[in-house]
Amino acid sequence: MKIAVCIKRVADMESRFKIATDGSSVDETGLKFDMGDFDGYAVEAALQLNEKEGKGEIVAISLGPDVVQETLRKAMSMGVDRGVQLKADRVPFDGLAIARALAAELQGGGYDLILFGRMAVDSANQSVGPMTAELLGLPCITAASKLEVANGRGTARRELEGAAEILEFPLPAVVTIDEGIARPRYPSLKGIMAAKKKPLEVKPAQLGEAHLTVKGMELPPERTGGRIIGEGPAAVPELVRLLQTEAKVL
Amino acid sequence: MANVFAFAETRGGELRKVALEAVTGARQLADATGGGEVHALLIGAPGIAAKAQALGEHGADAVIVVEHPALELYSPEVAAATAAERIRSGGYRAAIFSASARGKDLAPRVAAKLGVSMASDVTAFQPEGDAIVVRHPAYTGKVITTLVLTGTPAVLTLRPGAVTPAASPRAARVESAAPAIDPGAARVVPKELVQGSNTKLDLGEAPVIVSGGRGLKAPENFRLVEELAAAFGNAAVGATRAVTDEGWRPHSDQIGQTGRLVSPDLYVAAGISGAIQHLAGMRTSKTIVAINKDKEAPIFKVADYGIVGDVLEVLPVLTEAVKKAKGQ
Ligand SMILES: Cc1cc2nc3c(=O)[nH]c(=O)nc-3n(C[C@H](O)[C@H](O)[C@H](O)COP(=O)(O)OP(=O)(O)OC[C@H]3O[C@@H](n4cnc5c(N)ncnc54)[C@H](O)[C@@H]3O)c2cc1C
Ligand SMILES: Nc1ncnc2c1ncn2[C@@H]1O[C@H](COP(=O)(O)O)[C@@H](O)[C@H]1O
Repeated sequence: MKIAVCIKRVADMESRFKIATDGSSVDETGLKFDMGDFDGYAVEAALQLNEKEGKGEIVAISLGPDVVQETLRKAMSMGVDRGVQLKADRVPFDGLAIARALAAELQGGGYDLILFGRMAVDSANQSVGPMTAELLGLPCITAASKLEVANGRGTARRELEGAAEILEFPLPAVVTIDEGIARPRYPSLKGIMAAKKKPLEVKPAQLGEAHLTVKGMELPPERTGGRIIGEGPAAVPELVRLLQTEAKVL
Repeated sequence: MANVFAFAETRGGELRKVALEAVTGARQLADATGGGEVHALLIGAPGIAAKAQALGEHGADAVIVVEHPALELYSPEVAAATAAERIRSGGYRAAIFSASARGKDLAPRVAAKLGVSMASDVTAFQPEGDAIVVRHPAYTGKVITTLVLTGTPAVLTLRPGAVTPAASPRAARVESAAPAIDPGAARVVPKELVQGSNTKLDLGEAPVIVSGGRGLKAPENFRLVEELAAAFGNAAVGATRAVTDEGWRPHSDQIGQTGRLVSPDLYVAAGISGAIQHLAGMRTSKTIVAINKDKEAPIFKVADYGIVGDVLEVLPVLTEAVKKAKGQ
């Protein structure tokens, strides 16, 4: 199959974040970056689908400044065939603006399957995948935790709160990937070497006007935890007392 | 004065709590813009109209009911087309969906059909001139953003629990409508709804969550977690990725960066180390209790009350004490 995977470069979520002096962005000094968690699952899902078929092509697409080339190379080192950077000075927060630029690139690309992460862990919009599908007029499944494809049709499972659902759909289609599909592989040394020679195309991103903009960012109040009330079952009565009188949740 | 649209989510023929939250949120927004009407969309198999009254009690002036025998199972394409058509013709200032698994699937489709941007997983909102200003947790909850959404209608998904369903009773007009596309013509075909083990209370709705980690040692020991949850009566069971990876609990029970984001009144972490990816899903809980045999475990840094000890010993004693406190 010809598969596209849209990947976003995001900061390592284990970092201790600081708000930049503009008050509306994260200070990137000293942060590590990689593709988003769910985008990693999407790359892995694409690789496994084509390995099963034994043929096909996988294209990774990332919108952003030149640093996203690193993220595209990472995908190529995992086994993706080529990369496309949609060049933009910065990635807008507005999911529709991103979706429009991705759709312009994907349109007419002849993809059987277009994969996204369920969400980008930085902006947490969870909207770019289904919006791109609508713009392309393609069937769409979001947050698939299982995905099977055979004879031009797909079956996916989606987790709901306390339940799940199974859906069928025809290809070509857009699928956004949840955890549970497959853990992303680590690039091999051979993969890393090969990635350096794979094609990476750079094109301007066709970003429209953004209608969702960031006014401010702040850090949530620190939790003031850290109170150990006792050891073993003997501490239970004190816990129950505190839950009743102090926390008032019992 | 402006009218606001709300999508009323159902499952298995019943309204979900998030449906009442969406209608309440729409009511608040309509009132904040000078008291427009709230119109709720209710989609399902024949008989779903009976749920319209509850929406009226929470502030819906009109309920648009779309009944069809093929809509027993939720169809994303029918829901998106029908909601978009109604929002387009209704001239709404805003359209409110839930940031539930289904709402997060539906709202972006609708927004794209309407050609407008949207704000997701909103915890607070307020009209400001032509814009709506919202709060939206990002970076796994480590950064809170204030976003400005312009364009009409403004499409929002509300984080479950961000709005408390409130009574604002009125006798809602019930209007019936046909699905905007024939369910038989939808490309994406729902095949099955698989009921999970947590059929009673959902993680997003439960005021209390009891979660277990690898410290429980074996899947059968989750009985102790379930018994404590049952003693609270209003509790759901959660888990860490270590546990869902082992297959001790289904993936849908996983709390954290790549699982569910929850914010209950009380979160009990049993045998959980408190990895950053787990904390990302539960750090906004009101009160956190941790039970861990290692007093250096990071979970204690965020816990309001910690007990250092063996979960297998502490849980049964705690369960009995909670039963007693509840007068069972
Ligand atoms: C990209 C990515 C995404 C992730 N997403 C998630 C996510 O969404 N959710 C999530 O939970 N994790 C996630 N993880 C995994 C996370 O990093 C941790 O590995 C996981 O949360 C650990 O689970 P745990 O606390 O059950 O296990 P452990 O870390 O092994 O901790 C077990 C704890 O139990 C205690 N213990 C052992 N025996 C007893 C006993 N008898 N009595 C009392 N205490 C005992 C130990 O002291 C220890 O603290 C993610 C990781 C990555 C890399
Ligand atoms: N700048 C980007 N470049 C490429 N893909 C992106 C970009 N932003 C978002 N995506 C894709 O859209 C998914 C959902 O993003 P979001 O809607 O922002 O949560 C991500 O997991 C990616 O697959």
